[in-house]
Amino acid sequence: MRIDVQTASFDPGELLNQLHADYQGTGAVVGFVGYVRDFNDGDPVSGMWLEHYPGMTEKALADIVEQAQARWLLHEVHVLHRVGQLEPGEPIVFVGVASAHRQAAFEANTFIMDYLKTRAPFWKRESTPQGERWVDAKHSDEQALSRWQSPGESS
Amino acid sequence: MIQLQFFARYRDVLGRDAEQMPWDAELRTLEDVRARLLARGEAWQVLAEQRLMCARNQELCNLSTPVVDGDEVAFFPPVTGG
Repeated sequence: MRIDVQTASFDPGELLNQLHADYQGTGAVVGFVGYVRDFNDGDPVSGMWLEHYPGMTEKALADIVEQAQARWLLHEVHVLHRVGQLEPGEPIVFVGVASAHRQAAFEANTFIMDYLKTRAPFWKRESTPQGERWVDAKHSDEQALSRWQSPGESS
Repeated sequence: MIQLQFFARYRDVLGRDAEQMPWDAELRTLEDVRARLLARGEAWQVLAEQRLMCARNQELCNLSTPVVDGDEVAFFPPVTGG
């Protein structure tokens, strides 16, 4: 498992190649890259500030990856999340999962992103023509978790 | 002492990112800690939000989670990373 929380940008292609280079038994690598959009909730966005909870952030991400590793047989997982000032078009987040076969890699990647969006302590503040505003959490992100939970479970 | 931390919009509204709260035996859970803060006045009502999230010693928890002397307790709005 590799967890990075950093201000620096990154090259998603390099990260994907690295995930494959580590194990010759890897038959599938699934990568997700999230980018800063130049539009949100009906307004142009000229930039974004990413705040986090140093110390807890890394632990929360590691905990999410451990949960994924308990559900699927994974060769390697890399989660990278940027913090600080970001401009439209820049990558914010990378989740890469290497496994023997594609289904585990696809599912684990989605699982990690669903939990990252609702459980990892990051907050976005975006710059719009009306000024700075904190981005509201989406109910749909919370609902997405239900696909991973058995009936009656809520965490 | 309880080490309190506030993040994002809550930090902006409260005008502080951290403070120490003296510990006493009546502070049994995070709900008790929050009640002390809510009693301080108007700005603090932001912590009454339904969707408030909290952490004890850097792990997500809920308001019924116990606290003890020396804990780090954080309150923050719903997270928006990714």
